[in-house]
Amino acid sequence: MELTVGANQFFWKPEQWAAFYGDLCTAPVDRVVLGELVCSKRLPFYQDQLPTAIERLMQAGKKVTLTSLALVTLKRERKMTSELAAMNIEVEVNDLTALAVLPKDVPFSVGPLVNVYNETTLAWLAGRGATRVCLPPELPLASVAVLTRAANDLGLEIEVWGHGRLPLAISGRCYHARLHGRTKDNCQFACEDDADGLAVETLDNQPFLAINGVQTLSASHASTAYQIEALQDAGVSALRLSPQSTGFVALCDLYRNRIMGKTDATELVAGIVAQNPDCQLSDGFLTGSRGSDWSGSSG
Amino acid sequence: MVMEIVCPAGTPAALRAAVKAGAHTVYCGFADETNARNFPGLNFSRAEMTEGIAFAHSHGSKVLVAINTFPRAGAETIWHSAVSDAHAAGADAVILADVGLLAYAAEDHSDLRRHLSVQAAAANADVINFYAEAFGVKRVVLPRVLSVQEIAAINADTDVETEVFVFGGLCVMAEGRCSLSSYATGLSPNMNGVCSPATHVEYTQEGGDLAARLGGYTIHRVADGEPAPYPTLCKGCFHAGKKTGHVFEDAVSLNAEQLLPQLRDAGVTALKIEGRQRSRSYVSQVVKNFRAAVDALEAGRTLPEGMLARLAEGQASTTGAYRKTWR
Repeated sequence: MELTVGANQFFWKPEQWAAFYGDLCTAPVDRVVLGELVCSKRLPFYQDQLPTAIERLMQAGKKVTLTSLALVTLKRERKMTSELAAMNIEVEVNDLTALAVLPKDVPFSVGPLVNVYNETTLAWLAGRGATRVCLPPELPLASVAVLTRAANDLGLEIEVWGHGRLPLAISGRCYHARLHGRTKDNCQFACEDDADGLAVETLDNQPFLAINGVQTLSASHASTAYQIEALQDAGVSALRLSPQSTGFVALCDLYRNRIMGKTDATELVAGIVAQNPDCQLSDGFLTGSRGSDWSGSSG
Repeated sequence: MVMEIVCPAGTPAALRAAVKAGAHTVYCGFADETNARNFPGLNFSRAEMTEGIAFAHSHGSKVLVAINTFPRAGAETIWHSAVSDAHAAGADAVILADVGLLAYAAEDHSDLRRHLSVQAAAANADVINFYAEAFGVKRVVLPRVLSVQEIAAINADTDVETEVFVFGGLCVMAEGRCSLSSYATGLSPNMNGVCSPATHVEYTQEGGDLAARLGGYTIHRVADGEPAPYPTLCKGCFHAGKKTGHVFEDAVSLNAEQLLPQLRDAGVTALKIEGRQRSRSYVSQVVKNFRAAVDALEAGRTLPEGMLARLAEGQASTTGAYRKTWR
């Protein structure tokens, strides 16, 4: 089983962005997806650093993929999506708009924000040139198993959301801007103050969600700590770890040790909690009665 | 051409009421998980669908069948049967969201007209044209994230007909791309055809307050005696930063009646009313009003103002993303 680093969902300062991808060169991961997933207004701030980051990651032996934007509405965003091909790097499609504008007959991968719920969708994507698919985090283990079997017959690799705040929704409205009494067009980049999203709590002060510009995430960090064996048995090729602003390389180490069989679920969870004591965990989409459920007792 | 009024029907009685009230078109679904309003006591059996379509056709109205959830892995035949049965019942079109189901329908039911559901969240002309080319989609229901200007821009770049929501419940998130409900309750629009389901709602009296919870998460608290809003997740009240309030959206519903001239000028083909869970009298009243409005518009008369305000949820309404400042 391999480890993929998913596209960064947050808006970081350019120096933090560059340092993050610099550090990944020596992290025990196989594949890195980078580029802008959430908001087209963010890209200009780090766009000129992309070529260097890509080159360094490739030199370090990582497979590199560029993400497409999750929700494409504006002309500028359509252009940005069609320009992805010019980078000559494999594209991860996170909105079917990318399929519409990228050259045909070029292999691509499919990200977690495309609705791949069944075998026919998987087969259709394979027919269009998909080589790997990261399944939507909402899917239960039973669906993952069925889809992984189907993918084997189609020659596709299947990836599953392994760790990180869950991308639960995307909107035309920017919630960071709204919270600051601004509109999206005049957001003044309110999201840059929250490197891992801004906590949204219930009226009983229970952690529940996190806002990240136009995106809504879970408050909990999803973790596959307890499902590694089931996912390996199902034939899942890779786990996706979603970037966070602190301790990410250490997190990659923890998951690498777990998939190599050097540690068990309890040890992995202990490692995660030691690093981030306030971290709430979940794995309910895979095995629980709802997404926020957690198999473990702590976290 | 007069803009087409596309009206919801959760029951055969609502379908007949909508047709009699002047709906050009009615949309409905089968009583199972294949459609996005899979609520108890709602929707159509196979026999009811056949009868409903015959009734509508005899009055000159069309019927669209929504099969717009995402088929479950290992159980796709349930969704395939729904498409076949809609075809056999004489549906004028099916409304689909899933790529695999679109591929199936295009292949096995090529002469059945296909509309792209709002659940596909196709938000620009490139992707809409792509669905047309790949699956022969003739109409797209646009996601509720677009301004009127953006809708006009889409229509300038596509031959696919566009249908837009004008009245009723308002999704704040891009439809089909939201799993807030399954995160809190295990049931989602995409997989189960429900959002913030009533089975997971709990109201509790707490020291003079009434708390409303969904899946155990407290998202409304009102003083005793005040009306307690239904705890729909994206309309809930939360703490964020140093503020407490409706982080995502207020308890409002969509009412774009005053934007009908702009929507017509933007090239919109059809106006969609949300609410398959609504009563037939509600449906009837909304249809009559919208039919009168589009007929007035076509005849060059001015639109009556505020005709639907009292039907809006919680007495508050919004024009949503149609005005850019909403974002």
